[in-house]
Amino acid sequence: MTQDTEWLKQVKTLSDKTLVWLKAWLAPEHLAGLRPTLKFQTGVLAGFALMASVLLGVTNCSTESTIQQRLNEDLKHTLAEVIPAELYDNDLLSDTTTIASAEYNIAADETLVYLAKKSGQVTAVAFKFTAPDGYSGAINMIIGIDKDGNVLGVRVLSHKETPGLGDKIETSKSNWILAFVGKSLAKLTPSQWAVKKDGGEFDQFAGATITPRKTVQAIYRSLQLFKAHQAQLTLQ
Amino acid sequence: MALSETYKKIAADGIWHNNIVFSQNLALCPLLAVTGTATNGLGMGLATLVVMIASNGLISVARHLIPNEIRIPIFVLLIAALVTLVDILMNAWAHELYKVLGLFIALIVTNCALLGRAEAFASKQAVKPALWDGLMMGLGFTLVLVALGATREILASGTLFANASVLLGSSFKFLEITVIPNYQGFLLMALPPGGFIMLAFFNRW
Repeated sequence: MTQDTEWLKQVKTLSDKTLVWLKAWLAPEHLAGLRPTLKFQTGVLAGFALMASVLLGVTNCSTESTIQQRLNEDLKHTLAEVIPAELYDNDLLSDTTTIASAEYNIAADETLVYLAKKSGQVTAVAFKFTAPDGYSGAINMIIGIDKDGNVLGVRVLSHKETPGLGDKIETSKSNWILAFVGKSLAKLTPSQWAVKKDGGEFDQFAGATITPRKTVQAIYRSLQLFKAHQAQLTLQ
Repeated sequence: MALSETYKKIAADGIWHNNIVFSQNLALCPLLAVTGTATNGLGMGLATLVVMIASNGLISVARHLIPNEIRIPIFVLLIAALVTLVDILMNAWAHELYKVLGLFIALIVTNCALLGRAEAFASKQAVKPALWDGLMMGLGFTLVLVALGATREILASGTLFANASVLLGSSFKFLEITVIPNYQGFLLMALPPGGFIMLAFFNRW
């Protein structure tokens, strides 16, 4: 007992001493003397860099899983927009397969396909694809297709098209992209898969033809990709 | 009395007399990039405000430690670390807000106004006035962003505060006004050149 308090006392005096020393060291007058020395400058810069990297490292590690969870929630949200909820009872994020897509010009050699299943049977698929040749860069999209090849929904995930003109491909700006629902390779001839200006089925925008044209073409290619793998995908 | 006078002066300088944009002509890059709409301006302004308070405070706390010769790298290091921290934490814990503001957060790193305030004010002042200066400079910046964003938005698409409910929550739906119904649109104002032109008018006036 007495030994214990003795030991505690020692720790206390030691910490008190350290505190007094630290206070004296951190006093503006003392630091003012140190600041011009090269040793101090090197130490301070290294110290700040170390502090910043430790802080960022710890934060990154502790939030990584939360951020991944949030991103998964986002993805689920997006998937729910292109595949109606009544079509599946499985977890889309874990039921996936990969297909080769290099020859379809959708900016990916391999495409991750989310499989929607009802009682174990594939009812629809969804995958992300890209129109690499938009008016001002790639247009990233996601499409939902039912097992017979009909479009369930298309959404634009991100793009750099002109605000006010080309951005009508977003659902928040116009309903244009909803026109694809129910369309399929079987229902429209290849020449109908184009904007009206090119003799096709789909509206273009006043002042922006390239954006919708390239979007339609990319959706057409994504349907071809699905058709090429239809048997393989729907049998999973 | 004298103390509150000092704070009043900091406030007046931050919001108007020494305004980041109009007087210091700093932070023009994020300014032109995000003021396409009033809502975006507000988002960028608020994000900058928070980071500026934090960076001013941090640099003021550490001001005696920072040697004059290497102050700039240390300021840059601190500001970059701070912005990244805010970016990560917001992504994890305020994800809905992050989806709207995320774009702006990363832009703050390149905002020389923060460095400017660290250099001109925070590194020479006690913590309290430094925090106050961050708040006021941030407010001044936000005001300019919203004003410029609102003007460009009205001229470009005839609306005001479009999509404000996405940023501030659905209770702010009332902010979304169509100023000019059936407006044909004036694309130039929505594009970066519109920002330059409008800013020139603002500065002239």
